[in-house]
Amino acid sequence: MAAPAAVLLLVFHYLPTLGNIIAFQDYNPFVGDDPLDAFLNSEWIGFGNFEALFRDPLFWDAVRNTLSITAFQLVFFFPLPILLALILNSVVSGRLRGFVQSVVYLPHFFSWVLVVTFFVQMFGGAGLLAQEMRQAGLEPWGIMTNPDTFIVLVTAEAVWKDLGWGAIVFLAALSAIDQNLYEAAAADGAGRWRRLWHITLPGLRPVIVLLLIMRLGDALSVGFEQFILQREAVGRQAAEVLDTFVYYQAISTQQWGLGAAAGLFKAVVGLVLILTANKIAHRLGEQGVYSKS
Amino acid sequence: MTAQLSGAGPVPAAPATAGPPAPPPRRRHPGRPVWAGRPSTSLTIGKGVVLTLLVAAVLVPLWAVLVTSLASRGTIDDAGGMVMIPREFDPSAYITIFSGGDVTRAVWVSTLVTVAGTTVSLVLTVLAAYGLSRPGSVAHRGLLFYFLLTFLIFPGLVPSYLVVTGLGLKDSLWSLILPSAISVFNLVVIRAFFMNVPAELLDSARIDGAGELRILTRIVLPLSKAVIAVVGLFYAVGYWNVYFNAVLYIDSNDKFPIQRVLQSYILAGQSPNVSGTSVNLPGVTAYPPTLAVKMAVVVVTVIPAVIIYPFVQRHFTKGVITGAVKG
Repeated sequence: MAAPAAVLLLVFHYLPTLGNIIAFQDYNPFVGDDPLDAFLNSEWIGFGNFEALFRDPLFWDAVRNTLSITAFQLVFFFPLPILLALILNSVVSGRLRGFVQSVVYLPHFFSWVLVVTFFVQMFGGAGLLAQEMRQAGLEPWGIMTNPDTFIVLVTAEAVWKDLGWGAIVFLAALSAIDQNLYEAAAADGAGRWRRLWHITLPGLRPVIVLLLIMRLGDALSVGFEQFILQREAVGRQAAEVLDTFVYYQAISTQQWGLGAAAGLFKAVVGLVLILTANKIAHRLGEQGVYSKS
Repeated sequence: MTAQLSGAGPVPAAPATAGPPAPPPRRRHPGRPVWAGRPSTSLTIGKGVVLTLLVAAVLVPLWAVLVTSLASRGTIDDAGGMVMIPREFDPSAYITIFSGGDVTRAVWVSTLVTVAGTTVSLVLTVLAAYGLSRPGSVAHRGLLFYFLLTFLIFPGLVPSYLVVTGLGLKDSLWSLILPSAISVFNLVVIRAFFMNVPAELLDSARIDGAGELRILTRIVLPLSKAVIAVVGLFYAVGYWNVYFNAVLYIDSNDKFPIQRVLQSYILAGQSPNVSGTSVNLPGVTAYPPTLAVKMAVVVVTVIPAVIIYPFVQRHFTKGVITGAVKG
């Protein structure tokens, strides 16, 4: 029964994965009738694409931007869903909690086009904030087009979209903590903050470690549509990340081999990162993404 | 409808009382265990402020967009742009975008892609999840590994693009469906749910002569409505939100999905080509203001999520968690 799904994955996942070998070719779509034919007729150039890639300053700009954004979001985004889950979990009224959850989960289901649209309508040059500032006689700031603060802007958008959704998994982990532990600790005289430190946070640790590993394995992807959509407005210098670099190199400027090389580089580094992070987690006695077996 | 986490603390659901209201209980917070003690006032205020700000951050933009889409030219001019206080109910922007043109067509395209795509995805994912939920079936371990390996290795953008174009799917709506039809995450979530169906139940059906397909449709699926609803929502939202694949693969304007049209109006600043006939709209005397038309497109893009979401939301924790924890 798994056959149809397996075939789809074969065609649209594993076949393109194999297709990454065009990274070692000077792939030219015009030497054949279709991509397969063109692949068979294209010239093999070994690591030529990788040499060109590693000499390309634009590639290193994209790597630098990607890693900066990952690091920034690890500090300013990653802890927020944990805090929200703790706050929600302490709200005693089920009705209030349900209402807040319904509202904050909602933006997760909006497309990036919508998220960026909302930010433009609120903070853009013709948005609500700018129009209020103008009426108050102030000069509006160009938040949506300023390359220097772009990293803050994309993080704010990501937080707006996924803060609530990110809290779900922590709420689940919180609800799995044995309530008797709290009662026993309280009976022994542990106050609110000591219970948080000695029961709640250890209870959340496996989930936090798991999500950190997954984030680390994904260090080279920071989202794609979000950056494509705003690259025009803030310029390439700030908004070029690895994924957009691949897109603009390969599909817009037709340097297929170079784009494939950048994509393969990203996939291999990502695989190494996630395996390493998982190994470290095992060393620390955590379960990690997959068990040792 | 309160969306509680299953077993997230002792919060009893208030029974619906039909008669005269019972006298209120003495304790202000019946849900807080006695040993917990009262939190300090400043902590409570701090939490209240945080939650209020979060809720406002979501609702204020939605409100501003909705009100502006229903505002007349005069109201928009007075406000200098986005409108926060509704003064009238002027549906002319909606009449304009639905009387033919890019938006009407894009809504149809997106609806078609969403319905067809969700159907394909759900059927194939459920079949695969059922096959993989029975240990001992043919090549069970190998197949499971085959599916899970997709979490670790990714095809790049370039080879994927070449495969899709090589299959002749360029400028076909199938290019928005087939490459993303199977989400292995969703498959794992459904499979975890199916594994909880007691084997005795299936064995007894088998003894009664039911085939696998019959067992799946008559026994397993009715027991898994919650998770099917959640995964169906995930898939539907994915198809409704498709944007970048449309940039990559779709060339003709008449096949653009709604996200692509929204992007061209708002972010790329094209003026809406909303109707072939810009005059003589039924019931509208003046052409509606451009900003209202743009905001009406935003509302139309938001609406499907907002409508389906409440029906499925109460299943989130159940569905998401079984997958996240066991996967």
